[in-house]
Amino acid sequence: MLTLSGVSKRYQTSELALSDIDLTIPAGQVIALIGPSGAGKSTLIRCVNRLIEPTDGKVQLDSEDITRVRGARLRQARRQIGMIFQNYALVERLSVMENVLSGRLAYVGFWRSYFRRFPKSDIQQAFHLLRRVGLETMFDKRGDALSGGQKQRVGIARALMQNPKLLLVDEPTASLDPKTSRQIMRLICDLCREQQLAAIINIHDVVLAQQFVDRVVGLRAGRIVFDGSPQDLSPAILTSIYGEEDWEVPADNEDDDERSPPEDRVRTLTVDAHP
Amino acid sequence: MSLNGTSAADVQRLQQLQQGVWSPLPLIRRRWLRVSLNLGVLAYVIAAWLSVDVNWDRVAQGMDRGVEFVASFMSPDFVSRSGEIFVGLQESLTMTFTATIIGVLLAVPVGLGAARNIAPAPVYYICRTIIALSRTFQEIIIAILFVAMFGFGPLAGVITLAFATIGFMAKLLAEDIEDAQREPLEAIRATGGTWLQWVNYAVQPQVMPRLIGLSLYRLDINFRESAVIGIVGAGGIGATLNTSINRYDYDTSAAILLLIIAIVLLSEYFSGYVRRWTQ
Amino acid sequence: MPIREKDGLKEWQRREPAKQYAIWAGWMLGGMLFVWCWALISENTIWEFLYDADEQAASLIGRMIPPDWSITGSLMMPLWDTINIATVGTALGILIAFPLAFLAARNTTPHASLRAVALAIIVSSRSINALIWAMLLVTIVGPGIFAGMLAIALRSIGFVGKLLYEAIEEIHPTPVEAITATGASGPQVLAYSVWPQILPAFAGISVYRWDINIREATTLGLVGAGGIGLQMNAAINNLAWAQVATVFVLIFATVVLSEWVSAKVRHAVL
Repeated sequence: MLTLSGVSKRYQTSELALSDIDLTIPAGQVIALIGPSGAGKSTLIRCVNRLIEPTDGKVQLDSEDITRVRGARLRQARRQIGMIFQNYALVERLSVMENVLSGRLAYVGFWRSYFRRFPKSDIQQAFHLLRRVGLETMFDKRGDALSGGQKQRVGIARALMQNPKLLLVDEPTASLDPKTSRQIMRLICDLCREQQLAAIINIHDVVLAQQFVDRVVGLRAGRIVFDGSPQDLSPAILTSIYGEEDWEVPADNEDDDERSPPEDRVRTLTVDAHP
Repeated sequence: MSLNGTSAADVQRLQQLQQGVWSPLPLIRRRWLRVSLNLGVLAYVIAAWLSVDVNWDRVAQGMDRGVEFVASFMSPDFVSRSGEIFVGLQESLTMTFTATIIGVLLAVPVGLGAARNIAPAPVYYICRTIIALSRTFQEIIIAILFVAMFGFGPLAGVITLAFATIGFMAKLLAEDIEDAQREPLEAIRATGGTWLQWVNYAVQPQVMPRLIGLSLYRLDINFRESAVIGIVGAGGIGATLNTSINRYDYDTSAAILLLIIAIVLLSEYFSGYVRRWTQ
Repeated sequence: MPIREKDGLKEWQRREPAKQYAIWAGWMLGGMLFVWCWALISENTIWEFLYDADEQAASLIGRMIPPDWSITGSLMMPLWDTINIATVGTALGILIAFPLAFLAARNTTPHASLRAVALAIIVSSRSINALIWAMLLVTIVGPGIFAGMLAIALRSIGFVGKLLYEAIEEIHPTPVEAITATGASGPQVLAYSVWPQILPAFAGISVYRWDINIREATTLGLVGAGGIGLQMNAAINNLAWAQVATVFVLIFATVVLSEWVSAKVRHAVL
């Protein structure tokens, strides 16, 4: 459904951030994009919906080439692609409901959206989504009155309001505590399965990724160095993605990743640890 | 509103939402207040509309002159009154500089006196009165009074600008001192130094960078004001500008205005540079 | 740490010598400039006027007290005009400054050349005092409140425009990214992600400028642009200082009131 072929990105100052990425995602598949900071994960997903313009290569959505489209056609393409952000990216001074409804902006005209006159069906859909993410009573709250996990749920509802075919998810759990992280990951993956959505999830937390996704793509220095099922992620492969580190030993004394608690770490990286 | 935030109105909104009926919460939730505020604004607009009468004939007549004025910016005349412009600008600049320095120097004691956390009550009220007086009245009004007292000329202008600077700087300085961190203040006091030593070591380092930035900002304001107070005889470029406008000599006016704009731009650039350097 | 050895003892200094000399040189230059400026001013001052300055001041204040309250009633209409000049002028200024700020902000401007034009307008408007605008406008549209309103508006454009475009440049980029990613159009992105973020700044700037404009509007009458300044000017020309004092008291009261109102509004919006 989504095909990237030969996608490269070079920022003005530095070397290639992405080089020659080929990636095909069938409908309904949830993949995790892992890799160290600066590997190009964020750049890659932003090249898909053209928040960043790829320097080279082709992005195809449902066999439509969207690499060079502009104006209304670009907006048309973007509304089929929902996006969820690391820092939630809510408009904090708008209410929860307004944030969710902003997912419909590409479907309504300017004045209609300006006066908040959304169609009845949109409002009902927003309500159902809010109930699905467990926030239906919070609809009048302002964005900045919510906790991190709640904000991310609103972000998810906003993305789904677009009725997308594909979700781009950028570090959805990086600012959340471990328990909320799992809840949010589960919610995203459940929703994708319910609605037959494909998704690309950028994620730091390899353990969390392994538990929820169908396929893992490893990125290092702008190149794909691994593409396979989560079970195939061996310590050797992790080394090839992240660099040298003793992956078998639970890192409980030398904590360089505070977000995952020890009990998550103990069940590390082995197939039988899966629930 | 109850503790968990669900009142009868909230429940009703939720039920409507389920039906697909929703509009954003109004900014002011109390209905009577919202309605009366809107009515009040409407009433004001009507009243203002009725009491402002514009003589459209006169406006239409003036349009030619308006066009002429705008066009004169394309052909400013720096030459024919260059002597007056030079003297006026020089006077404005010297007035600005002297008045800012005198004003800032005097604003420091007034500002210290107007800071609630370090000044005794009688001093505090005297200094606050000075600040209030200086801030309420525009420079031009103060200039009228000082011209009446000290006669025409730049001296009245310097005193005017210095007085206005005191109010501006002292208020901000006092607020700054009131916001200063308390720990250093107490720590230095605990060393047993004199009051002046305490101000020098505990207060000054905390407020100095902002004081410099504000002084430069005030320098900028004083220059702009110095172009105005000449109208009432307090020296500076204002008198020349006033004459040229009254004679409809727009080319000269445009030249003076362009010079003012250029000097303001320069001083802004310069003060941005100094501020980076002092921080 | 600038420490140097002297006679076998270590000596601490606050700054490196070169920096210390530079600072001294700066003070010297500043001091000389001040003396030179002062000399220029005293050259142009007729010091004889100053010999009786204290008497002048005393007699001036003596004639102001008590203020002539009998004219208070006749000052109400000019006061109302003053408030109208400030309010309508501010509204007009905001109306023009608002689109200008979006053109001038680096992150919302459609084109660099439009940005340059917008910045030039903002700078010109800001550099020139409302009173100068008023003098010009009086010769163009004739004396009266209309000239005053336009003067206030012209001066407010630059002030509001500058602070507003700085606020626009300081917004968080991620909500903008998020709304863009939904496929929203340009105006929708502005309305849903930029506008909510600058709303508090916009309200604060507007009432702040209104507050300043009330003060400025009290003086516009001096050049014939309407408001209570006209009465003040007439009283000054007649040397009717008791009446001038009444005007001062009214201005003071109005300014205090406007400060209270603007504090209220700012508090309500933030």
